[in-house]
Amino acid sequence: MGINATLFGQMITFLVFILFTMKFVWPPIKQAMDEREKRIADGLASAERSQHELELAKERAAEHIREAKAQAGDIIEKANRQGAAIVDEARTEARAVGEREQAAAQARIEQEIGQAKAQLRQEVSDLAILGASRILEREVDAKAHQQMLDELAEQV
Amino acid sequence: MASGSATEYVKHHLQHLTVGEGFWTLHIDTLVVSWLLGLLFFGLFYSVARRANADAPTGFQTFVETCVEFIDNQVSESFHGPKDFVAPLALTIFVWVLFWNLMDLIPVDLFPEIGMALGIEYLRILPSADMNATFGLSLTVFFLIIIYSIKGKGAKGFGKELFCHPFGSHPALWPANLMLNIVELIAKPVSLGMRLFGNLYAAEIIFILIALLPFWAQWIPGVAWAIFHILVIPLQAFIFMVLTVVYLSLAYEDHG
Repeated sequence: MGINATLFGQMITFLVFILFTMKFVWPPIKQAMDEREKRIADGLASAERSQHELELAKERAAEHIREAKAQAGDIIEKANRQGAAIVDEARTEARAVGEREQAAAQARIEQEIGQAKAQLRQEVSDLAILGASRILEREVDAKAHQQMLDELAEQV
Repeated sequence: MASGSATEYVKHHLQHLTVGEGFWTLHIDTLVVSWLLGLLFFGLFYSVARRANADAPTGFQTFVETCVEFIDNQVSESFHGPKDFVAPLALTIFVWVLFWNLMDLIPVDLFPEIGMALGIEYLRILPSADMNATFGLSLTVFFLIIIYSIKGKGAKGFGKELFCHPFGSHPALWPANLMLNIVELIAKPVSLGMRLFGNLYAAEIIFILIALLPFWAQWIPGVAWAIFHILVIPLQAFIFMVLTVVYLSLAYEDHG
């Protein structure tokens, strides 16, 4: 009991342990903890940053999709218009060609009718002359009666 | 129970193993036990410190880091100067004193009986119930308070505070100021050392008294006192540590 030299022994021991702790124990543990803390904080910050970037990228992607859709709509509309125009043009042309051909055919038919009429008239007039000459038992002078024959042919 | 009367039994359990005479007596048991506990503390923490890394902590490293973080928070709250010395000091005090106090939970007869068997007549393994141990700490803290006062305020500032602080700087008031400051300074280590010593000494005596009861009745008060003591043991270590940090903070900061 009571104070004695043990006190000095304890004080020296205490100082030695403080110095050991200060030199070998505290700094490495504290450093490791600080480093971990920093690492975790960095990780959280970068996660937040990535989240933000992801949102931006999503927005950008949506924008791109919207633009692409609009463009595609434009292109389809233009194509439709162009197609309709081509069809119209083809139709008009075809109609024109058809009409032209019809007209040509009509002309040819009329020409042929005219020819056939002329031929028929010639044959009728020949027959009339032949018939008349049979009736009169003599040659009709074709040249003398040419005018009358022409009139006749005209009436056929 | 040891042979002889109850008085002799208690006396025996409060006797230190000593070497030397008069003031130059050394309490071998206190010294050796506190060295061993200090080495245990240092060994445990150093083994973690050596392979400390910033990866996820495992096992014992978690416990050590919890202690370090706890101490670091306490020191950061109270002390605003450079912490290179104060934080390791606080850690040493807390864990070392905690280990000392834990010796109180070892049955009071165990080590004295082992000592007897080995031919050692007296063996007290509770360093905190030895005033030399607690005052060893608190006197060291006392010198640190003076060192930090001079470091923080300069020799002149510290002197000015000693002579002029509570009442004023008139030369007629110097003796009164000085007296008061000296009392205040000395009260710090005395109260620190006495508080720890008193708490643990009282606890030890009660454990010894409980050991005097008949064996079938010991467990009721024994368990109750031990459970209560589980609170006191870390609390006293914590109080010693926090007060040390607060005293050093008061010494370091200029508040004149």
